[in-house]
Amino acid sequence: MSVGDWIKNNQVWKSIFRHPAPRDRRNRVVVMLTNVFLHLHPVSVRKSGIALSYTWCMGGLTFFLFLVETVTGVLLMFYYRPTLEHAYNDILSLRDVTTLGILREIHRWGAHAMVIAIWLHMYRVFLTGSYKPPREFNWSVGVILLVLTLLLSFTGYLLPWDQLAIWAITVGSNMARATPFLGHEGPGAALLNVGGVPLIHSGSDARFLLLGGKFVSGETLLRFYVLHCVAIPLAVAVLIAIHFWRVRKDGGISGAL
Amino acid sequence: MAHGSLTSPVQNGLGVYYILCALMSVGFGVYQVRQRSRFAALLAFAWAGLFGFHAAAYLAHQGWVIPHSVTHLVDAYTNAISYFVVSTVAFAVLLIFRKPLTEPNVAWTLMNLTLLAFGWSLTNYDFRDIVAKPDNVPIVMLLAAVGYFTWLPLRRAVLNDDLIAAGKPVLEKDDEKVLVWPDLVYTELIAMIICTAILVVWGILLKAPLEAPATTARAPNPSKAPWYFLGLQEMLVYYDPWMAGVVLPTFIVIGLMAIPYIDFNQKGNGYYTFKERPFALIMFLYGFLVLWVVLIVLGTFLRGPNWNFFGPFETWDAHKVDPLNNVNLSDMFWLGLGSTPEQIAKAYGWFVREIPGIILTVLYFVAIPPLMAKTVFRNFFVKMGFLRYMTLMTLILFMTSLPLKMVLRWTLNLKYIVYIPEYFFNI
Repeated sequence: MSVGDWIKNNQVWKSIFRHPAPRDRRNRVVVMLTNVFLHLHPVSVRKSGIALSYTWCMGGLTFFLFLVETVTGVLLMFYYRPTLEHAYNDILSLRDVTTLGILREIHRWGAHAMVIAIWLHMYRVFLTGSYKPPREFNWSVGVILLVLTLLLSFTGYLLPWDQLAIWAITVGSNMARATPFLGHEGPGAALLNVGGVPLIHSGSDARFLLLGGKFVSGETLLRFYVLHCVAIPLAVAVLIAIHFWRVRKDGGISGAL
Repeated sequence: MAHGSLTSPVQNGLGVYYILCALMSVGFGVYQVRQRSRFAALLAFAWAGLFGFHAAAYLAHQGWVIPHSVTHLVDAYTNAISYFVVSTVAFAVLLIFRKPLTEPNVAWTLMNLTLLAFGWSLTNYDFRDIVAKPDNVPIVMLLAAVGYFTWLPLRRAVLNDDLIAAGKPVLEKDDEKVLVWPDLVYTELIAMIICTAILVVWGILLKAPLEAPATTARAPNPSKAPWYFLGLQEMLVYYDPWMAGVVLPTFIVIGLMAIPYIDFNQKGNGYYTFKERPFALIMFLYGFLVLWVVLIVLGTFLRGPNWNFFGPFETWDAHKVDPLNNVNLSDMFWLGLGSTPEQIAKAYGWFVREIPGIILTVLYFVAIPPLMAKTVFRNFFVKMGFLRYMTLMTLILFMTSLPLKMVLRWTLNLKYIVYIPEYFFNI
């Protein structure tokens, strides 16, 4: 008996993989049904529906890049502390000292790539009319995922705590100041007052909520860190699950039923 | 480094760039030989020769710099107006002449011309300074990807439209089913490996930027949002933050989510086509390509200190002065009647002062939809019903308000249509 046979006839192996290798038609079907990750896919698909010239693979790549960002992000969290005292220096040591500091490069370029990939995915889905019934709802879920992807990237932008970071976030979050009714420089905010005392001011408006202060500060860093590492990824993960599940329930990636 | 000179790393980089271009052309030539298309093969090899010549020159450090006569000419004629107008015209030309333009040999030639122009431009110090910033590299990649992924679906749409006209099944039509294992899972595996490899190489070649420690004491000029929001930041030139930064982005998101509920056209589901859904495609492509990507490029590469416009080869001079003498609609109106807006406001209050703009704005949103429903959109209105139609029109009116405001700014120097600083309500 060869080593390979010994491994495959072992109780441990058999307890994990309950069927032979997917070499014949039957087992190629069974493998899709018995593996939790593979069963995100259907068992069979239309041949034209998986052609690269049709799908561009952009949805799949967006998901893969999300996984890359998750893995590199978790590892980066070991080296990074979101405080005014440490943030910048931790990035410096990631660059200069830490073994595998390239993690930060991969995380940053992967984030850019994810933004590009998700745009191209939406572009393809639109151009093939794949949002049409019965897939209307899943398109809307996809739009939310797109917004969350941009927010993930935006919140991550602040974390290096360099000039690029705080000024980009300052420029971006200044918009919240002008939110109608909810920003202190927004139209209608002055109407929200009690006996002339304004409810919406620079210490209570939408921007204050976003930044945790009247300007980008240590509180903002903590807030963005938690959003970036915990809150948004959790929301994205749940929505991805819905997105994939609906692809299958709505009868594949595109085409009338 | 002195302007107008090429360092050896730059020459080496350009050499590698031209080698890659030449290799692509060789590949295309070999493909054409196999297709037995002699002229196309000859053309491809001629391109390969041209790129190869460039590669040899730059690798031997004998490369040349793009002539100043050219860069000065380009800078002299590019400004926010010409850039946006040319982009819009190019977009229209692309859609109207999509058949000849997406023909592989034509598209290939256009791409090579672009690559050549990009290579020559990179020899200019100021161009390179902006384009080669680590955080701007993704935008160059985005442009290449958007170019390719606009050609591909348009090409397939042209082919499919011909097939449909001839009564034949479209390219994507087949009833053959394949098993996901191995056909799809292996494609996914290969895609993941290639993606990982690209990320690792990218990470090794290009260090993630890290600037000086954050300080609120010194603001960089220009201060820019992350690149994917620069289209929105560009809108700030024409709109106040509450519109450009809050209302319009909200409408973009709502509008995108509403698309499947507005589009009643059941055709074109699952294949590329243009003729079966021209309206949906024109609207979406204009929004994505011109109002989003073109504005991002403008905001990233062509907006310098103080958000002034700079030509692609122009030095970002923080002291450049661009006189702004924009006026409000109420100024024009009341001054035209021999009064001043201040006098009107004093006598009758701000509402009367701004009444021309308020009427125009209300008319824009209230009068245009029924007018269109009676005329050009008669079919839409009948098929969509009131609610769908009004949603569509509101979204379209918000979308077109941006190019409209741009044109008003360029032609009439119009600042605000409605100007009520008392309530931060400026449109």
